[in-house]
Amino acid sequence: MVFVAEPVTKLVEALSKLPGIGPKSAYRLTYHLLRSPAEEARTLAEAIAGLKEKITLCTTCFNVTDCDPCVICRDSERDRSSICVVERPSDIVPLERTGKYRGLYHVLHGSISPAQGIGPEELKLRELLTRLDSGTVREVILATNPNLEGEATAMYLRRVVSSLGIRVSRLARGLPFGAELEYADDVTLSQAIEGRQEF
Amino acid sequence: MGAPRDYQTQAVVIGQFKLGEVDKIITLYTPGFGKLRAVAKGACRPGSKLGGNVEPLTHSLMMLARGRNLDIVTQSQTIDAFMDLKGDLWRMACGLYVLELVDCFTVENDENRPLFDLLVKALKWLSQSNDSEIVLRYFELQVLNSVGYRPELYCCAVCGSPVKPVANFFSPDRGGVLCPRCGQQDAMCSPLSVDGLKVLRLWQSCDYATARRVVLGRGLASELEQVMLAYVNCLLEREVKSMVWLKELRKSQVAVDNASARD
Repeated sequence: MVFVAEPVTKLVEALSKLPGIGPKSAYRLTYHLLRSPAEEARTLAEAIAGLKEKITLCTTCFNVTDCDPCVICRDSERDRSSICVVERPSDIVPLERTGKYRGLYHVLHGSISPAQGIGPEELKLRELLTRLDSGTVREVILATNPNLEGEATAMYLRRVVSSLGIRVSRLARGLPFGAELEYADDVTLSQAIEGRQEF
Repeated sequence: MGAPRDYQTQAVVIGQFKLGEVDKIITLYTPGFGKLRAVAKGACRPGSKLGGNVEPLTHSLMMLARGRNLDIVTQSQTIDAFMDLKGDLWRMACGLYVLELVDCFTVENDENRPLFDLLVKALKWLSQSNDSEIVLRYFELQVLNSVGYRPELYCCAVCGSPVKPVANFFSPDRGGVLCPRCGQQDAMCSPLSVDGLKVLRLWQSCDYATARRVVLGRGLASELEQVMLAYVNCLLEREVKSMVWLKELRKSQVAVDNASARD
């Protein structure tokens, strides 16, 4: 578009590549940055550049980190006898926010998806087994997503990990807080009934 | 007047992929419209009304609204969640293979009611049967019958002579059995034993109640798997991805069993 300055077009094109951002949102964000103080735009640019330059994967748990090992793996206060297995680095954030878990993590970077040809070899599974070989881990908590791929991954991990004589547990499944029973699907409800607890 | 904006159909969810943060595009197999794709808005959100109803390996009653490109799932109620399939790694893998076969051998908006019925039945058989090999092989043969790729098991696919009860060959390229003479000249075909041929002929034409009475030894099961997979892969011109996973599972189960035996 010749009537729009090139730097604007360039930023709009770059922002449009982000998930959930269409061309209109990209224009809105670009013009917002134009109106903002130069310092704000610079901070954003530096933050984006720093993301790729400084962020790496923790060689122990494969969480994203700017120092290796990551803050969680280095924390001596953490319970080293349990490892919570998650699919993505972003899954650690909500678990940490609960403040209920004080053990370590392991990020698989995906889940088993036979239809897409993603098997255990494509995940950080071998690295998990290497960690378990140390003998300090007594429990592996499976926190994969409650969908078909997450289930397949959890069942595969249960088979592999329990053969090592390590306790395997998984996050409870059932009705989410704030939902209505009337609209719950059969799978969720049946799991909620099976997993009911003394009250 | 055009077609009504909303319609209701039974459907088996045979595939899915994420659309944005919380939406999904699901592939459905329906009795009246064949295969179709639809958007399940908000399905990945915790507490979504659609949630487990639009996961693969689920037979649901769905209400859909016609969209400009893809239809949108507005309501869904589970008819059968196939919990026995989803709760067992091996059965789930078999179920996913069944779904992928249907997905691969069908095109969108091509009605095939018998195939829908076969799909629902196959998922039930897998839930209940302890011999998934029989279900898978029987299903493969029936799907091929249903979509027009029925293998020729009575006459040689090259010379047309009636096949005799001797060790023959199976040619995926020719789509059927080859007599010993023609088979020896075809480098791509594989041997097919007399028992193997008899079982394939029976399964091609009988109902499941009869098919499941066949007792397969390990050798015969393996032979039939090789023959059928070679034919399916030849037709699709690629390997079925879920079958790779099934083979991987079988291998890892053997490894776990061996490790337990050593302990």
